[in-house]
Amino acid sequence: MDAPLAIRARGITKCFGDVVALDGVDLDVAAGQIHGLVGPNGAGKTTLLGLLLGLAVADGGNLEILGTPVARALAAPDGVAGFVDGPGLYPSLTARQNLAALAALHGSDVATTAIDDALEQVGLTDVAGDRASGFSLGMRQRLGLAAALLTRPRLLVLDEPANGLDPAGKRHVHGVLTRLATDGTSVVLSSHRMDDLEALCSEVTILATGRVVFTGPLAKLAAENRELDYRLRTSDPQAARRLAADTAGIHIDVAGTRDAEVLVVRALVPALDDLVVRLVHAGIAVREIAPVVSPLEAAFLALTEQEARP
Amino acid sequence: MTAILAADRAVGTPRVPVARGFRFELVKLVSQWRIRLLVLACWIAPALFVAAVSQQGSLPVDTLFGRWMHATGWAGPLVTLGFAGTWALPLLTSVVAGDMFASEDRLGTWRHLLVAVRSPRRIFVAKALASLTVILLLVVGLACSSAAGGLLAVGNQPLVGLDGHLLTPGDAAGKVLLAWVCVLAPTLALAAVGLLGSVALGRSPMGLLLPALVALSMQLAQMLPLPVAVRVALPGYAFIAWNGLFTSPAQLGPLLIGVVVSLVWAATATALAYLLFLRRDFTNLADDGSGGRAVTAGVLPLVGILAATVGVVAEATPATGSGIQQDKVQRSVATAFAHLYRMQTAQLHRPDVTEAQLKATATCNKGGGKLAAEGPGNDWRCVVSWHLPDVEAAGSAIYQLDVTPDGRFVADGDGPKEVNGYFLVRTPTGDAPNPLWQFDGNVELLHSTKG
Repeated sequence: MDAPLAIRARGITKCFGDVVALDGVDLDVAAGQIHGLVGPNGAGKTTLLGLLLGLAVADGGNLEILGTPVARALAAPDGVAGFVDGPGLYPSLTARQNLAALAALHGSDVATTAIDDALEQVGLTDVAGDRASGFSLGMRQRLGLAAALLTRPRLLVLDEPANGLDPAGKRHVHGVLTRLATDGTSVVLSSHRMDDLEALCSEVTILATGRVVFTGPLAKLAAENRELDYRLRTSDPQAARRLAADTAGIHIDVAGTRDAEVLVVRALVPALDDLVVRLVHAGIAVREIAPVVSPLEAAFLALTEQEARP
Repeated sequence: MTAILAADRAVGTPRVPVARGFRFELVKLVSQWRIRLLVLACWIAPALFVAAVSQQGSLPVDTLFGRWMHATGWAGPLVTLGFAGTWALPLLTSVVAGDMFASEDRLGTWRHLLVAVRSPRRIFVAKALASLTVILLLVVGLACSSAAGGLLAVGNQPLVGLDGHLLTPGDAAGKVLLAWVCVLAPTLALAAVGLLGSVALGRSPMGLLLPALVALSMQLAQMLPLPVAVRVALPGYAFIAWNGLFTSPAQLGPLLIGVVVSLVWAATATALAYLLFLRRDFTNLADDGSGGRAVTAGVLPLVGILAATVGVVAEATPATGSGIQQDKVQRSVATAFAHLYRMQTAQLHRPDVTEAQLKATATCNKGGGKLAAEGPGNDWRCVVSWHLPDVEAAGSAIYQLDVTPDGRFVADGDGPKEVNGYFLVRTPTGDAPNPLWQFDGNVELLHSTKG
């Protein structure tokens, strides 16, 4: 049996005057899934996230969140938390006061320990008593995530949560989101950082000019997609180059790199597999093989450029 | 459209109660340094000001009741009230209410707040109540602090009313309290205008300044020779009309009209702000709610309210023109003189004489009799006559009057020296301020209160 859906959107449209922000968008997000939302600027990501948070009402289509249809009235559905366009924090309050005020607003029986726990999860325990006015963008993002955690959400909606994060902050955020998903919370996040999405998401949806151009597992995206560029470092670059030139489905990108030790080839995955087998049979050690750009990024560029073409 | 949004059943959305939203807004307000400083200033500065001024030789005689600050501690809160109505309250409402919604635009926290509270209506109510609470806290601070300063520095003495009659300390306390309560009405009107500006003008600093600008405009208007119906129908008139509480009988008509007009403005401006706020599109980051339509939708109804209140006041009251006529000025001057004469009599330890026995009358003209005796001006001249029991000849004294368009006047004694020509009187215990030398009074603009 399929997992219950946290989000089920069908034919969602949203217009701002003459501008069509969302045009018949379908979206399924299963419970406990981390779902990435990518697209170029103006693709409609923030608008879609806003609909999920109850900040706007769709002009048309059906939207079900956590199993219940969303009505026309503005309001964030129960069990949904998150932020768009950056977390809303009050600079005159400390990190702990921001969370305490929010907890009091919800009237939830959030104990001090829960606030401390949320701060610890996002790695802000040391600055809990500092005013948010002095926080960097990354710290603000983490505090915004901590605020969302306080409400014990069943659906977490985050717009560009990785913005401004340093490696330590990124580790904290990734850890929190992974734990939430493991516990059954669905997460929908938008990002322009493909490495983050690939590390976190089991499924992605690519939006372009308000339309869905791909939705599904990352593996499917890579498999159904076109040729990718791969960096290939071997023990014998010259021999590897000759072998690659003789392998069907492999195209050598002559201008791909300035490093003479590295060969850049363009291929589908089966052709690349064939090349690796032939290199090994020829006694050439494969020291490194990696896509020049991630499959997600390549797919993103290909799909969105294709969509943008008249 | 291929599908219609299902509207039959909403997602369960337990909204945040207004009480919690109110507390949240209060926490945010009180965490701001400027609000904390304002609270401290309003609760401390008036006491220091009143106490310091009460100890000085020269008093702020230009301010109503300023000349009595040596005599009673109850003059201090009234001087503060006069000052507050001009400057402090408009600025306080600007800082608090004028920034209530705009601050969320500056901080970019609207979406966060909407996700947390889940109801724009409740956000509006919570914000309006929080700003009202802080403004009340500031106003109560001004009143209590100035009263405490006056009572500690001078004492709980009787207060000389605006028509010269003496209020017992208890009466004075009650009237002072009532005056501050009445001034809450125009303060609420300014606060509502602040909320409206904050919603309609978004991040623009004009939103923050709007209450102060409106108050300044009203003060300028009060200085102009406007028809009395227009003057009384302005939302800031209650900032002046509380003066009428300190006459006997109290001039309640203008005060009640001023309070009602202010409350109508407060309700209308708040309702407009509410409607504009609910119409705002929070999904559009570039939209801070401001714009020509929002401004128009906010301003036009207020202009309509002004026109309507002017019409109602003009229709409901018999007053015409400036409201300052010869008979009213004469009656006011004679009444105040009689009350103050009794005070001087007591100072000099002379046998007491009642106002009825004095039968004081005043004959006033304007411009040396060459102008029509009506309207404001500093060229009023009055000759006051009175009788003493068992004295056949009537006494007389001359006053030069400066009557302002709002009906307030300062009477400056012009002799004889023994009565009103010198600022001191020689009493058996030494020199004392002469109550008849200069005194404040007011003319009730709408109609004469027989007294």
